Amino acid sequence: MIRRLFVLISIMAATLPAQVTLDRLLHPEREPQNWLTYSGNYNAQRYSPLDQISRDNAKNLEQQWVFQARSLEKFEATPLVVDGIMYLTEPPNNVVALDAKTGAIFWVYEYRPSADARPCCGAVNRGLAILGDTLFMGTIDARLIAIDAKAGRPVWNIQVGDPKLGYSLTHAPLIVKNKVIVGVAGAEYGIRGFIAAYDVATGKEAWRFNTIPGPGEPGHETWTADTWQHGGGSAWITGSYDPALNMVYWGVGNPGADWNGDNRAGDNLYSDCAIALDADTGKLKWYFQFTPHDEYDYDAVQIPVLVDANWKGSPRKMMMWANRNGFFYVLDRTNGKFLYGMPFTKQTWAKGLDENGRPIPAANMKPTPEGTLVYPGVQGGTNWYSPSYSPRTGLFYISTWEDYYMNLAKMPAEYTPGQRYTGGAPRSPVPTLQRGPINTWTTENASGMVLAVDPNNGEKKWQFKMTDVTGSGILSTASDVVFSGGREGYFYALDARTGAMLWKAQLGGQVASGPITYRVDGKQYVAVAAGHALFVFALRQ
Amino acid sequence: MRLSRCPIMVPALIAVSLLSIPSTAQQRYLSSDVENGSRLYRNNCFVCHGPEGASIPGVDFRRGQFKRVSSDEDLLRVIAGGVPGTAMPPTNVTDSQRLALVAYIRSLHDSAASSVGTGDAARGRTLLEGKGGCLTCHRINGRGSRTGPDLSEVGGIRAAAYLERSILAPNESVLPEHRYVKVVTRQGVTITGRRLNEDTHTLQVIDGDERLHSFSKSDLREYTLLTTSSMPSYEGKFNSHELADVVTYLLSLKGDPQ
Repeated sequence: MIRRLFVLISIMAATLPAQVTLDRLLHPEREPQNWLTYSGNYNAQRYSPLDQISRDNAKNLEQQWVFQARSLEKFEATPLVVDGIMYLTEPPNNVVALDAKTGAIFWVYEYRPSADARPCCGAVNRGLAILGDTLFMGTIDARLIAIDAKAGRPVWNIQVGDPKLGYSLTHAPLIVKNKVIVGVAGAEYGIRGFIAAYDVATGKEAWRFNTIPGPGEPGHETWTADTWQHGGGSAWITGSYDPALNMVYWGVGNPGADWNGDNRAGDNLYSDCAIALDADTGKLKWYFQFTPHDEYDYDAVQIPVLVDANWKGSPRKMMMWANRNGFFYVLDRTNGKFLYGMPFTKQTWAKGLDENGRPIPAANMKPTPEGTLVYPGVQGGTNWYSPSYSPRTGLFYISTWEDYYMNLAKMPAEYTPGQRYTGGAPRSPVPTLQRGPINTWTTENASGMVLAVDPNNGEKKWQFKMTDVTGSGILSTASDVVFSGGREGYFYALDARTGAMLWKAQLGGQVASGPITYRVDGKQYVAVAAGHALFVFALRQ
Repeated sequence: MRLSRCPIMVPALIAVSLLSIPSTAQQRYLSSDVENGSRLYRNNCFVCHGPEGASIPGVDFRRGQFKRVSSDEDLLRVIAGGVPGTAMPPTNVTDSQRLALVAYIRSLHDSAASSVGTGDAARGRTLLEGKGGCLTCHRINGRGSRTGPDLSEVGGIRAAAYLERSILAPNESVLPEHRYVKVVTRQGVTITGRRLNEDTHTLQVIDGDERLHSFSKSDLREYTLLTTSSMPSYEGKFNSHELADVVTYLLSLKGDPQ
């Protein structure tokens, strides 16, 4: 009770300047020096109004400080920056508070996940959320932890799912009003996914939306027999939020078993969907399914990017989405109506999209026991790493893999609690997680690029090609600079209008996170994790 | 900004792409699977099944001979579950690893490899070092040139059929890590060598004099990925017996100094 009271006080005393109030989260444009949420803004555009680092002077960027993680896990975290203090997760689930100007450490919260944790695809964490003086983190053993942002001590710690059954949390939570919202991952172990909201002060569950509907829930009819019970539908990445529409948006992952759909005839809702939920109740407002009855693991693992702009001459509230299945989509986010779609990389699984955006399956592209060659490969045309949208250029920036295929073999799928439940094995000449130390593959197999797309017509405005593939997020700024990186360890500043390289740094390890920018004492910084460290750059004085 | 490559690159890349994508007949077995399977085999299967998969009576992977399986699915099942009542235990490998093992085991059997199991390793070594002149470019256990790929472990990672093809038709089996490049620097110096590594902005090469070069691509006037192997074909140079001897010797090379 005392603990609960303490939390309530810390949340309620949200008028102190150092605290992150709900109003501050709703208006990040008033304080561009900070990075208060996973994407810097509820609209998930990863666009910053900061402009000190420009196309002219980006060549003068130099390293300011480095934070070396005490972990050899993949470093996928996006930091938060609040009034000169950076909050960062160190994989899998430590939290560090640093001086954003110097890298000096204030405190470290060490969390040791349960040995029962079994995250399918890396013991990683992608970031934090903050409200008041409290940080929130999901863990790979499926817990949600509230942490005192000043002392680095846990405030509450709740179990969200059963790690023995494969439930885990890897993404940064989303704060909406007085709730902290997270989704669970683990479709590769046959979980039944959900997105749930918890009271920020107590951790008490406020609502839950099952991404795989059970008996009596709409969409349940898209599953055969009891396959819904292990139907997957992970949430790998944070959602976005439209305060005016009072909707939260989320991407839902693949159905289980991943590569064998024999037993789950039907569309398998709400796997591979964009979903819009009422922010107060979690009720479904609309959905749009990118890949019905998926047998490729093309999950909708991307953050929904919200854009208000003219569409065919009229103002429209849109959602833009470069999907793992290789198609780029524009939706009306008030109702989920399909406005536009086109492939942004080589894909062979669909002949195209119909007038409602539903894919038209190509012949002979289903997984078979003998193996089927399909483009894009299992990592997709893009994946979880954030794209960026610049309202200045009107361009949508995607980290994508080109000429990338998999040989997809279907295998039997039988659910056993806590065991892998994938029903197949995709193989590719491109190593899934990272490149070997020596030249064992080249652009002969696949290559990465930053691709700038005009969302109005799908025109590819420019491409910045890399030899190796990329798993880096993208940041765009008001000075028309785009920041991104790749597996080779380069971190780039590019001209947002032309794709010309303005500056590069070799960081010695793959960039597998989203860069951010912030300002302290009048100086703009850019931070990005690469290898097992976080690097921070600013202009040479 | 990326380097503009000379026109020869375009057909070169297309040719390589076709090679790197398995044909319908070979669709199930990626070369990367065979390589990964080879490592898994050495760690998990080698002790009982032997280096060439012929140590269990009635089972010979080189000849495609099995006691209880015929299809890939059978093999996958046996690898996972073992054979009850025999010394073949269940294994705790992933689905992808099982598929890689199957790819490697299948690669050991190739009826086109006329030299499998028929040669004499000692004669093969004499041929390789003498008439073949192979150590002019290759290196084996510390002897020979570093210009070409080191062959000290080749018997552990390549099957007989692949080795035979490589000797007779080197151009058809150049792996990405063994490609040769030709570069011309801004100063007009031309260097040809084996590519050791490459990224978007740099290129690392060992040249014919065993010198290591690292280039910034922006400093190169020309960069060409060569489509052909610098190795000559031994078609007609080795007779079938000699070829069998050389392949047998190569298969004996497992990374242990001799």
